[in-house]
Amino acid sequence: MKKLVVISGKGGTGKTSVAASFAVLAERPVIADCDVDAADLHLVLAPRIRERHDFTSGHQAVIRQQDCNGCGTCSEVCRFEAVEKKNRENGAVTYVIDPVACEGCGVCVRFCPQRAIDFPESLCGEWMVSETRCGPMVHARLGIAAENSGKLVSIVRREARRIAEAENRSVIIVDGPPGIGCPVIASLTGATLVLVVTEPTVSGEHDLERVLALARHFNMPAAVCVNKWDINPEMTERIENMAGSSGAKIAGRIRYDRAVTAAQMQERAVVETKAPCVQDIQHIWKQLGL
Amino acid sequence: MILAIASGKGGTGKTTLAVNLAHAFGRPLQLLDCDVEEPNGQLFLPGDALVEEIVTIPVPQVDESLCDSCGECGRFCAYHAIVSFGAKALVFAEMCHGCGGCAKVCPQKAIREIPKRIGVVEKRKSGDIVLLTGRLDVGQAMAPPLIRAVKECLNQNMPAILDAPPGTSCPVIVTIRGADFVLLVTEPTPFGLHDLKLAVDMVRELRIPFGVVVNRVGSGDDRVHVYCRRENVPILAEIPDDRRIAEAYSRGNLIVEALPEYRDLFADLAKKLLKAGNGGGG
Repeated sequence: MKKLVVISGKGGTGKTSVAASFAVLAERPVIADCDVDAADLHLVLAPRIRERHDFTSGHQAVIRQQDCNGCGTCSEVCRFEAVEKKNRENGAVTYVIDPVACEGCGVCVRFCPQRAIDFPESLCGEWMVSETRCGPMVHARLGIAAENSGKLVSIVRREARRIAEAENRSVIIVDGPPGIGCPVIASLTGATLVLVVTEPTVSGEHDLERVLALARHFNMPAAVCVNKWDINPEMTERIENMAGSSGAKIAGRIRYDRAVTAAQMQERAVVETKAPCVQDIQHIWKQLGL
Repeated sequence: MILAIASGKGGTGKTTLAVNLAHAFGRPLQLLDCDVEEPNGQLFLPGDALVEEIVTIPVPQVDESLCDSCGECGRFCAYHAIVSFGAKALVFAEMCHGCGGCAKVCPQKAIREIPKRIGVVEKRKSGDIVLLTGRLDVGQAMAPPLIRAVKECLNQNMPAILDAPPGTSCPVIVTIRGADFVLLVTEPTPFGLHDLKLAVDMVRELRIPFGVVVNRVGSGDDRVHVYCRRENVPILAEIPDDRRIAEAYSRGNLIVEALPEYRDLFADLAKKLLKAGNGGGG
C-alpha cells in the first residue's frame, strides 16, 4: 500500500483542489484530510458520515474558587501565562486559569498547596469516518481554539491506514496541513511520497525550500508541482531548478485556470469538470507513478 | 494599538494585507511576522537584518548518577517527553513543551533544565517599519513558544501589526491573544467561507473585536457577503480579483507601489482600523 501526502508549506496554493482530483483519479483510494484546523476536502467530496468519535486530548486545569486562598503558587509555576489574578467582590485575591492558554502540563495542579485545582480531560474536537464517491474518507474537526492538532492528525492518519489495510486498498491520499510544524510532521509519518504543491511567487519559493528541507530531514522522497505556473514563468523555472537540485522530482505544472474556483463552487473535483487544467493534473498524477 | 491579521484558510492574502497596510499607515510601526513556520514578510520589506536572537525552550537533562529510576518524571509528564520504565529516565526533547514539571517533581533532584534551540527572531528596519520575524528551525514541531518570543519583542509604545499563521489552533491563538482588533482575510469561495466561519468562532471565543477583508472579489460569488451581513460582521475592505496583483505579489512587490490605483483602498482601511482601535466601532 502506498501513501501520498500532499503538502505545500505556504497555505492556499491549491493542495485541497489537487488532493480531491487525485482522490478521483486513484484506483480504490482511502482519503485522509489531515488539515484538521481548516478542513475543506469534505466541501468537494461530500462525505456521508458513517462514524463519529470524540477527540479528547490531554487535560485542562480548573481552579475551584471556593478552595483557592490566593497564595499565587500556580501563577509562579506556570510557564504559559495561563494563570490570571482576579479580585473577589470582598477584595481578596484569587486566581483563574485561562483555558485557551493552558497547555495542560499539570504543574499548577501538582504544586497547589491547597489542592484546589482540578484536572479534567478536555474535549478537543471530533473525527469521522465517511463514505465518498471516491472511497472511504477519514476527516476531523478540531474544537474552537483547541490544542493538540498534531495528535488529531495522527489519529486521522492511523485510522486511514487501518481502513486501507482492512479493505485492501492500494493508496492513501492525504490532504496535509500548511506549514512545517507539529501537524505537518504528524501527517508525514509513513509516507511513500510527499507532493509539494507550490506557486511561482517569492513566498512559494521561500516556503518550498523549507518544506523540502523538512522532507529531507525525515528522509522522505519529495515531488514538486507548480500551480498557476504562468503567473510568473521565470519564477516557475527558478523554483523547479531549486527543487531539482535539492533532490525533488519535478512532477509537472498546472496552469492558472479560473475553472478551478468554478469547480469548487459546484462541489466537484477539478478533474470532474472540463477545465483546461484537467490535463495538467492528470499528467502529474501519472508522473507520480502511484 | 495591536492589530492581528488572521484567516483560517491559508493563502487568502494575510501577508499581502500586512505589508501593504503597514505602508499605508504612513507612520512608524512594527510588523511582527508570527507565521514562524513559513515567514514571508521579509520578502516584501527589504532591509538588512539588524539583530538575530536565538530562541530556546528549557528541556530536561537527567544526571544519571543521581537518577534512581523511580519513574516519577515519566508519570508526571503530560507529553510523554520523558520516560523511565524501571531504568534511567530518557528524554524526548522534541515532545517537550518546557513546562519544567519533571525537574520540580524529581525526588532525587536529578533533572536540570538546559536550553534547546527552536528558532530565531530577526529584527530588521525597512523605512518606517520595524519588522520582527520569527523563524522556526526546520524539523522543530513547537511553534507557540517561538511566537511568544516574537511577541515579547513588541514595543508597547508603537502600533503593531501581527501577521498570524493560517488555521485556528494553538499557533493562531498564541498570536492573536492580547490583540486589540483582528482582521480576518478570506476569499469569496466555499473554502474561504467555511474557514472564515471557523475563524469567526475563534475570535468570538476570545472576545476580540474583528472585521473582515474579502480578497479576490469577483473570483467566486456573494456567499461571504451574505454570511457577513447575516452575522453582522463588518466587511472593512474588498480587494478585487486582479491578475496584476497576483503577478506583483509573485515578484515580491508591494501592491501600493506596483499598482498605485490600489493605494486608496489600503489607506481607507488603515483609517477605518485607526477609528476602530480608538473605540470608534468594530
